[in-house]
Amino acid sequence: MKSRMNKEMGEVGGSYRSYGLRVSRALLLLLLSVSCWPVYAVAAASSLCISTCGGCPCKSDKFKMRLVILEDSERVAEWAARYIIKRINDFSPGPNKFFVLGLPTGGTPLGTYRKLVQYHKAGKISFKYVKTFNMDEYVGIPRDHDQSYHSFMWENFFKHIDIDPANAHVLDGNAPNLETECQQYEEKIKEAGGIELFMGGIGPDGHIAFNEPGSSLVSRTRVKTLNQETITANARFFGNDMSKVPKQALTVGVGTVMDAREVMVLVTGSHKAYALHMAIEEGVNHMWTVSAFQQHPRTIMLCDEDATLELKVKTVKYFKTLHDIHSCLMDQEPQISGQCIAK
Amino acid sequence: MPSIASSSIVQFKNCRLVRGRTIVKDDFWVRGGRIINPEPVFFEEKVQADLTVDCHDALICPGFIDIQINGGYGYDFSSDLDKLEEGVSTVAKGILSTGVTSFCPTVVTSPSSVYHEVLPRLKRTPGGKEGAGILGIHLEGPFISPEKKGAHPPEFIQKIEGIDKVHDIYGNLDNVGLITIAPELPGALEVIHHLRSKGIKVSVGHSNGNLEDGEAAVNNGASFITHLFNAMLPFHHRDPGLVGLLTSQRINQPVHYGIIADGIHTHPAALRIAHRTHPKGVVLVTDAMAAMGLGEGHHHIGQMEVLVKGQKAQLVGTNTLAGAIVTMDSCVRHFIKEAGVTVVEAIEAATLHPAQVMGMDHLKGTLDFGSDADFLLLSDKGPLKVLNTFIGGECVYAAPGAHCIEYTQQRPLEEKVFS
Repeated sequence: MKSRMNKEMGEVGGSYRSYGLRVSRALLLLLLSVSCWPVYAVAAASSLCISTCGGCPCKSDKFKMRLVILEDSERVAEWAARYIIKRINDFSPGPNKFFVLGLPTGGTPLGTYRKLVQYHKAGKISFKYVKTFNMDEYVGIPRDHDQSYHSFMWENFFKHIDIDPANAHVLDGNAPNLETECQQYEEKIKEAGGIELFMGGIGPDGHIAFNEPGSSLVSRTRVKTLNQETITANARFFGNDMSKVPKQALTVGVGTVMDAREVMVLVTGSHKAYALHMAIEEGVNHMWTVSAFQQHPRTIMLCDEDATLELKVKTVKYFKTLHDIHSCLMDQEPQISGQCIAK
Repeated sequence: MPSIASSSIVQFKNCRLVRGRTIVKDDFWVRGGRIINPEPVFFEEKVQADLTVDCHDALICPGFIDIQINGGYGYDFSSDLDKLEEGVSTVAKGILSTGVTSFCPTVVTSPSSVYHEVLPRLKRTPGGKEGAGILGIHLEGPFISPEKKGAHPPEFIQKIEGIDKVHDIYGNLDNVGLITIAPELPGALEVIHHLRSKGIKVSVGHSNGNLEDGEAAVNNGASFITHLFNAMLPFHHRDPGLVGLLTSQRINQPVHYGIIADGIHTHPAALRIAHRTHPKGVVLVTDAMAAMGLGEGHHHIGQMEVLVKGQKAQLVGTNTLAGAIVTMDSCVRHFIKEAGVTVVEAIEAATLHPAQVMGMDHLKGTLDFGSDADFLLLSDKGPLKVLNTFIGGECVYAAPGAHCIEYTQQRPLEEKVFS
C-alpha cells in the first residue's frame, strides 16, 4: 500500500502540483454509511440544467452525505461553482450577515474558481458579503512566491472578484509565531460564525488540506511537517533545490473542516480513484484522512467518472440512480447565456 | 467624476497590458503617479481600489518616448529662441495626442551663443496635463563631420580640440541627457569618456567614421547610434561603417540605434535588416522638425529653409532630407506594417528601448510595478490608435470619439448585494 501510494504520488505530481496532497478520504465512508444515513447521490446524467423541482425529497429530508458523479472534471467544476453560488445567494448575505466559505488550492478546484470568476463577471454572484478561510499555506516561502497559496488564491480568485480583502483569510506561513497564528486562525473562524461551506480536494493518498496520512481526525489548525514524498515532488517548483522547498505547512485540521456546516469535496481523475474508494467504501481511517467525512452530517462528494474507477459497480449504480434527487440541489442555477451543461 | 486624491488607488479593468514582453489580460493598478502591485495592497493593506475604470478591452502600453525631436507645430527648439518656452510647451502638449509622454528636445548644430541661451531654459520636467515630460536635452552637434552634416548648417560645425572647448561651446550641461558626436573626430574618445563620467549619454552619428571608430567610441561609453543609415557611411561588406556596430563583437556593451520609421528616411528593407540583426536595440525616433503638425509649405529648421511636400521635408533647392514630419504613433504603425514586427516589439521600440538609452528604464518605458504611471490606452482593432494618454496616472489626452475615461467610485459598503 505504501509503495503504491508513493508511486501514485510521483505520477500524479504534475496534475496536483505542489498544492499538495490535500485531498480527503471522506468519500469512502459515504457509501458505507448508506444503510444507516440518508445518502443521496447525483449522477451527471445528461444535463445539469434542471428547472425547479418543487417538493422533491431533498427539500424535506435532512440529507447527510451524497456522492455526485459527473461526467468529467469540467462538469465537476461547473457543478461546484453553481452549488457555491446557490448556497451564497440562498443565504442572502448582507453587511450584518456574512457567508463564510472555506477554500482549497490546487489543480482540482482551479476549474471551480474559473467558473466562479466567470459567474462573478456575468453579475451572477457577489463576494462582497462573503468571508473566506483558506485551508493551508507553506511555511517560510515568501508570500508572493509563485508557489505560495497566497499567490494561487490571488491569481486565480481574489484578484478577479469583489471580496473585501479584510474578509479573505489565508494562513500566514511567515508569522513570527506559527502556533499563535494557528490559534488565532481558529478564533477568527469562530468569530466569523463558523464555516458555512468548506470546499476541499483530496490527494491520491486521501489527504485533505495538509492532513497527510496518519493525521489525527480531530486535529485543529497547526503546523505540519510535510512528508518526504511531498517535499520531493515539490522540488521541481523550487528550482530542484531541496533547500528551498518548504518542509512545513500550516493547515486547518480535520476537526476544523469537520466543524463546517457543510463540506464539499472535489475528486477528479483516475489517479484519485483509489483514494475515493478508500474514502467512501472503507471505514473511517486516519491513514486516509478524508474518510473522516463519512461521519460529517452534511457532505457532498463530487467526482467525475474517472474517479469512480476503483468503486464497486453497485456503489456507482446506486448513486447514479439518485440523479434526479441531486438535481434538486441545483434548482436555482445562475443563468449564464441560457446554456446548460448538456452532454 | 470623483476627484482623484494622489493617494487614491485606481484600478483599470477590462484591459490588456503590454507587460513582460508580451500582452497579458490583467487589471492595471495606479497610485500616487506610480504603477503598483495590487497583491500586497490586497494581502497587507487589505484595501480595495478607490476608483475603477472600465477600459473597454483597450490595450495598455507604456507612454512613448521620443529621444530625437527638433520641434513641431511651427516651433524649432534651435532657432526660435524668443519663443522657446512657448515652442517647447506647444510641442510637449501637441505630442500627447501621438502617445508621447516623455521626450528629449533636440538642438541641432548651432552657434555657441544659442547653446548658452537655450540649454539653461530647457529643464527636465515630469510632464502632466501641460504636456509630455522632458528627459533631458539631446544635443545633435556641433561636433560632427562636415561630410555628413545632413541638414545641419556647416558654418557652425566644430572641431573638438579638448574637453574644455566642449564645455566652452555648450556652457552648462546640467539639462543635457544625450549628445551626438562623430566618433572619428580627433579627441572624440576622450570627450565621450568624460561625458559618460558626468552621466550624459553619448551617441555616435553624423559621422564619416568607420566601424573601428564606432567600436572605440562604444568602448569609451557611447551607447547609441543616431538615426541609423542616415548621415553616416553606407554599409559596405568590407567596410561596414557604424552600421556594423549592430553585430560587432568588439564592443563591451550592446548598442541601441535610432531609426526614423517614416517610410522616407529609411527604406522598409533597411528597417527590416536593422531590426532582424539587432531587435533589442531598435529605438524609434521621429527626428521631427518644426513643420511636423503643420502641413505642406515652406518652413525653417535651425538656420535653414525647408520645403515640405507630402511626407517629405527637404532643404529648399536640394534633395537633402531636412528632418522628418512624422509622429511617433505613426512610426509605430509603420514599423509594424513594414518590418512585420509584433505589436509588442514595435511598442518596446518606442518605450522600453529609448528608456534604456536614457538610463531611465527603472521609471519609464515599462508597465512594471514601481514605474511612473505614464501609459496609453490603445485600440488595436486595426492599426494602433491612441485613445488616451496618461502621465503620472492622470489622463492628459483623450482622442475624439474614444470612450470617456470614467472613474467609478467603488460601491460603498452599504450597497445591497446583487443576487
